[in-house]
Amino acid sequence: MWQQTLHFRPLRRNMEKLMKTILLAAGGAFLATIAAAQTPVLNVLTYDSFATEWGPGPAIEAGFEATCACDLQFQTAGDGAALLARLQLEGGATTADVVVGLDTNLAEAARQTGLFAPVSLAETNLPMAFSNANFVPFDWGWFAFVYDKKQLTNPPKSLAELADSDVKIIIQDPRSSTPGLGLVLWVKAAYGDQAAALWEKLSDNIITVTPGWSEAYGMFLEGQADMVLSYTTSPAYHLIAENDDSKAAAPFEEGHFMQIELAGRLTGSDQPALADQFLTYLLGDAAQSALITTNWMYPARTPAAGLPKGFETLITPAKSLTIPADQVESIRQAAVDEWQAALAK
Amino acid sequence: MASRTGKIAAIAAACSVGLLIIGSLGFLQPHANFAKLTAADLAALRFTLLQAALSAATSCLLAVPLARALFRARFWGRGALIRLISAPFILPSLAAVLGLLAIFGRGGVLNNALAAIGAPQISIFGLGGVVLAHIFLNLPLATRMLLNGWADIPAERFRLAQSLSFGGSAIFMYLEWPLLRALLPSASAVIFLVCLTSFSVALILGGGPRATTIELGIYQSLRFEFDLSRAANLALMQTALCFMATLAMTAVWQPSGFGTGLDRRVLLRGAWPDGFIIALATLFFALPLGAIAARGITGLIDLPNGFWMAAGRSIFIAVLSAFLATWAALMLAMARARGAGIWAELAAMLPLGTSSLALGVGAFLALRPVMPPQNAALILAIFFNAAMALPFLYRLILPNCRAIEVGYSWLMASLGMSSWAMLRLVFLPRLAPILGFSMGLSAAMALGDFGVIALFGAADQQTLPILAARLMGAYQMGAAASVTLWLVLIAFVLFWLFDHLGGRDAGA
Repeated sequence: MWQQTLHFRPLRRNMEKLMKTILLAAGGAFLATIAAAQTPVLNVLTYDSFATEWGPGPAIEAGFEATCACDLQFQTAGDGAALLARLQLEGGATTADVVVGLDTNLAEAARQTGLFAPVSLAETNLPMAFSNANFVPFDWGWFAFVYDKKQLTNPPKSLAELADSDVKIIIQDPRSSTPGLGLVLWVKAAYGDQAAALWEKLSDNIITVTPGWSEAYGMFLEGQADMVLSYTTSPAYHLIAENDDSKAAAPFEEGHFMQIELAGRLTGSDQPALADQFLTYLLGDAAQSALITTNWMYPARTPAAGLPKGFETLITPAKSLTIPADQVESIRQAAVDEWQAALAK
Repeated sequence: MASRTGKIAAIAAACSVGLLIIGSLGFLQPHANFAKLTAADLAALRFTLLQAALSAATSCLLAVPLARALFRARFWGRGALIRLISAPFILPSLAAVLGLLAIFGRGGVLNNALAAIGAPQISIFGLGGVVLAHIFLNLPLATRMLLNGWADIPAERFRLAQSLSFGGSAIFMYLEWPLLRALLPSASAVIFLVCLTSFSVALILGGGPRATTIELGIYQSLRFEFDLSRAANLALMQTALCFMATLAMTAVWQPSGFGTGLDRRVLLRGAWPDGFIIALATLFFALPLGAIAARGITGLIDLPNGFWMAAGRSIFIAVLSAFLATWAALMLAMARARGAGIWAELAAMLPLGTSSLALGVGAFLALRPVMPPQNAALILAIFFNAAMALPFLYRLILPNCRAIEVGYSWLMASLGMSSWAMLRLVFLPRLAPILGFSMGLSAAMALGDFGVIALFGAADQQTLPILAARLMGAYQMGAAASVTLWLVLIAFVLFWLFDHLGGRDAGA
């Protein structure tokens, strides 16, 4: 662990970055633009954790730059929903060429901005049919409740059983977090008109609601709850990166809601060819392999080497739940209101 | 300071704050439409007001005995303790929440102790937890404000009280009550306003959507639903509340009327509960801080890439915004003490009632046609952080400026002092401790701010809080805890340095 992470960037590169920051900040954007104009720049707008050194960003940046004779630069904004808000804020003035990290629940709202160019359908092997004129899927996962096998020996086998048990859970707020919204849509997809009743029964299980995934997961790891809303792939992180097999996801009989993460090219991009080249690269073996163990999701197109060792221990839900992209927008507000009303009682 | 130069400086400060805040909000305002407020928004408003009022009232009530005990008691390490208990105020909110959970949460120290004696477990989640966290975060500030007030009662008044054989109740009536009457309204207004814009703490410890605050609504509408009109409604509602609280506070405020002494130091004999109160408070502050340290200590030298750049960027923002904020607060407070109108007060308090997220989005909309907003992120971070600290600094500096004005204005006038001489010979020496404290406080606050860089910075413009958040988002909870601990340590060192430069042993 020590040797792995204790490599600092060379001082000169740091100094260059500092100088660049100061120049830019002081309004010297002009100079920097001239300096950077020699190689084409591909601006990729993505969510925060994608671009960190533990995320897929660095590997994908290095891999793509080796083939494209270009400079890939990441712009970041919070999570998937914040990406969309950022795009809506910027509108046509956005400098991004490619957006990576929207999901199926946001796809329709993103399409309605009119900012996304049509893409050709990529070859994928998702567990269910997926087609969208504007986006290619790059990875996906099932939402699930994750628990510690040593602490919780008899986890509930369904949402209904969870609601009837006294197992304590932490969930995310659907008004500020993508997994939180995923759970609300999960309950809606599984229970339809009965969703409100299930939420009322669940309300005494919910210890608290956090603004985002990381607060919830952090609190779970510190023992504040028995289960936390995350992904079926979360235990793979602990197993592979930390050599810790104590975490597991509980399979639920109602099925598990799917999140498919999407990428798209913007119509306003001044590098359309490069953007298309990037989307192709994103679905290639190198990028897909990197995504599995950095984003901790399933690849949209399984690489030739298959899934890494450890993934075979994960649960495979018997049933995948989803709500078609064009219906999400109409269901979302009512489902969140229902959640809020049930939990406020 | 001659009134003209001083007034010009104060007006310049007020205008820059006004321009920054109103200029940014102005870009959201056209979207406001109050007909769109829903029942849920009103419920959020009710909860926001309730938790903020309770948090402000309890923090201030508890600050009175604590400040008095700290003022009277003399013991080894007193100065260090006074600085240490200021630390919670500068904690990033998530770190504070996790620290409190380690003590009061499930499997925490308190519940383990309860289990050991067979008592039922307590749950921190709910209104009580929200108020507890806000007390933890804000009691230090209230205590420091009161402690400064106590230290500014001229020693001659205490000597007079002694020679008149005043008992406890007489001291309270003639010395402490006038002091509290002058300080508590502003302390409670500041804390009320901080809690008004609380978001993560309220939601996480509130235990669910019952504990929704207005700020969550703003976050939701700006980052999740892109509903600018709802965001504008809620942001303007917050600003209106801020104005009302400021005006209400001004209405109940009364001068303490102690006059001036000869700047001698006072030594008082404490009473028995002092030690007990100090021990209890130390425990309340130190245990969660210890938990935060324990979480982060293992990875303290195993630092993630980009840490030093992030730290450098954070410190750069923190120090520059501290200078700016302190300068602006000093100008506004001096002008107000020397008779400027309520405009100075409102300008100084305005940033408190403003959602920084709404500000950021407003600035984004304003900048977009002119330049790529990420190019201005660093500069904006400095200005926004300075603006966000201004209300606290103003409230801290104002009482001292008033006391100086009351005590020395005749003398300064009769000597025909120039503005520079007044500032140098009268104001600065007497304000040095509070200015040092103010600089330290604002630097530490800016260091922990998530801020505008998170909203529209480029990926490589990260600061320490952003780095910590990104680490958490990538399952690196341990590394995030270490970065947070570094953040707290750096904040504390900055705070300590500036506070120390101000001198006079932490307001004693």
